[in-house]
Amino acid sequence: MTVHDNKPFEQACPLPISAKNTVQLAHGGGGRLMQELIQDVFVRAFHNPMLAPLHDGATWPMEKGTLAFTTDSYVVHPLFFPGGDIGSLAVNGTINDLAMCGAKPLYLSAGFILEEGLNMGVLQRVVNSMAEAARAAGVPIVTGDTKVVDRGKGDEIFINTSGVGLVPAGVRVLPTLIQPGDAILVSGDLGSHGVAVLSVREGLTFEGDIKSDSAPLHHIVADLLDSGIDIHCLRDLTRGGLASVLNELAVAAKVGMMVDESTIPVNEPVRGACELLGLDPLYVANEGRFVAIVPALQAEAALAVMRRHKAASLAAHIGMVTDRDPSMVVLRTVVGTHRVLDLLSGEQLPRIC
Amino acid sequence: MKYVDEFRDRGHAETLAGAIKRTVTKPWTIMEVCGGQTHAIVRFGLDSLLPERLTLVHGPGCPVCVTSVSLIDQAVCLASLPGVIFCSFGDMLRVPGSRGDLFSVKAAGGDVRIIYSPLDALEIARKNPDREVVCFAVGFETTAPAWAMAVTQAKQLGVTNFSLLIAHVLVPPAMEAILSSPQNRIQGFLAAGHVCTVMGYEEYEAIAQKYRVPIVVTGFEPLDVLEGVAMLVSQLEEGRVEVENQYVRSVNREGNRPARTIVDEVFEPVSRAWRGIGEIPASGLRLKSAYSAYDAEQKFERELSQLTIGIEDPECQSGLVLQGLLKPMDCPAFGVRCTPEQPLGAPMVSSEGACAAYYRYRSHATSKV
Repeated sequence: MTVHDNKPFEQACPLPISAKNTVQLAHGGGGRLMQELIQDVFVRAFHNPMLAPLHDGATWPMEKGTLAFTTDSYVVHPLFFPGGDIGSLAVNGTINDLAMCGAKPLYLSAGFILEEGLNMGVLQRVVNSMAEAARAAGVPIVTGDTKVVDRGKGDEIFINTSGVGLVPAGVRVLPTLIQPGDAILVSGDLGSHGVAVLSVREGLTFEGDIKSDSAPLHHIVADLLDSGIDIHCLRDLTRGGLASVLNELAVAAKVGMMVDESTIPVNEPVRGACELLGLDPLYVANEGRFVAIVPALQAEAALAVMRRHKAASLAAHIGMVTDRDPSMVVLRTVVGTHRVLDLLSGEQLPRIC
Repeated sequence: MKYVDEFRDRGHAETLAGAIKRTVTKPWTIMEVCGGQTHAIVRFGLDSLLPERLTLVHGPGCPVCVTSVSLIDQAVCLASLPGVIFCSFGDMLRVPGSRGDLFSVKAAGGDVRIIYSPLDALEIARKNPDREVVCFAVGFETTAPAWAMAVTQAKQLGVTNFSLLIAHVLVPPAMEAILSSPQNRIQGFLAAGHVCTVMGYEEYEAIAQKYRVPIVVTGFEPLDVLEGVAMLVSQLEEGRVEVENQYVRSVNREGNRPARTIVDEVFEPVSRAWRGIGEIPASGLRLKSAYSAYDAEQKFERELSQLTIGIEDPECQSGLVLQGLLKPMDCPAFGVRCTPEQPLGAPMVSSEGACAAYYRYRSHATSKV
């Protein structure tokens, strides 16, 4: 230790580094600072009996049945947007991936990649939001990891969540089960998440209140299964939106799909924003919407079940699976003509005029 | 949604389509000038509602599509310079020059930013006084007033780190170029509604009379396009040659006076090369000498002088497409060597480009549904 000649020796202890309000490289270094971060931020927020031992992994006794396992990474910017933030998104997104397999989500893991210099208050807000989302969904975060990268090598916070779920006996939800004649249902209005994030990121303001639709969907799926709906396939409508998902499913199941544009719910502010920017809401991302493919005879019953839930109150029957034009999605436009609803080659780009 | 749903009504569309079918007795070839109209026609399948004897050809009205390779090369060069923040509307980023596109500059570490308004770019310049902000000023008469506004504000505010690489083009000279071509087969025009919102349609009257071609100023919603077509075929069948205005809710004969005034204050016409078509006299805009300090071509003259001018991919037939001489699907490269992922030319890139519109909505033959 060096004592500077021009400075009197200070007897008072320096403030603990953990009191600093930014994330330091040392917070990922494996030492005391990291332990403090884990205890003060993560364990305090996520506390549950399976996390409590702070072992290298969580363990639990197995039930008989089929496991579902999924992982997803979240790099959204800005971290906070109307209707959600990266934390709640990371919990709901992985829960939804499990739900789309027909599984009851059981446990989540959370991996954080933090950028040096991140405001500790921002991290706390994100972690609290994750904890709140996990509690609301009834799916605990039981193991985790933290790394800190040099400033400039990350974008504040990246989160990876993995999830394990249990598929109830007798439940099979797969693209290959899709059959001609099936009904195509969508759980609600499209495009709110993508437009909400874009509007904050680009500083655009639109008339009306556009909030992300981020929500957990597993209760809706469980309700559908409990009601005896013979779900053939489910898929959440994230990146690429409805159009991309229907194309993926049509290819996977080698069937055609016929969708009626006038029945697809899109709320007014989102439509307005999309018209203005030259975006097609059918390709805009959602975080709390899914498509369900069910036997046509059960379409109305399935819609009634879905509409009991707030996140699916606008569920609609938008089309049917056909045996024409395999692997292709055809849209009946609002003026009554038909066209192909194709995959985009990349992201939609706002147009000039 | 107000001003949208009432112009997408299926019953009215069928009524208008029926009227067009009853009116048309001879084969006619008409051109919709604007890429926005092309997009609406293909997105809503409007051509399938029209009689077979009526041929729609897609005009050069997509600013992304007609921007020359050499201008894209200049944009790529400027965007790659250290210290430059390059601002562009989103759909220019994927247009290939002879040595890559702006997305590849971004991937290589260049500071390329998508803007939604020219004034956003000016704001970026104000917030980054130690950087040079260069904007790709692309568009027709529609976007020119906003760029003019940005330049006048920059001058008022004393912002000096702001300049425009101007690719602006004008519609009437392009229409005249098409009409004076010996290969021309266009017998009537749907003029671009948004351009006329700014410019009015006085200047089209002389074109209509000189070339004996009827012109209908037309909007962009399905019913606008169908009504415009109905008005145009009525003129053709009756032998009338007039400039008519379908888009009355937005356009008047004089246009938007304040917008025209600021464009005249800042810009003057200049000869410009159109991608695939070639040089058209007085078909572009450049900054007047009072504003030349904001001209990126002058500001970065030294850097740009070292650039060897690239040429278009010889396989790309976009010139014929943009003049209405070739349907996108009849191009041998369409969907084979030219796709939105690997475009040979700009019309395959922009959502308003004729080739991209056909690829997206028509790339597969569907069975009758």
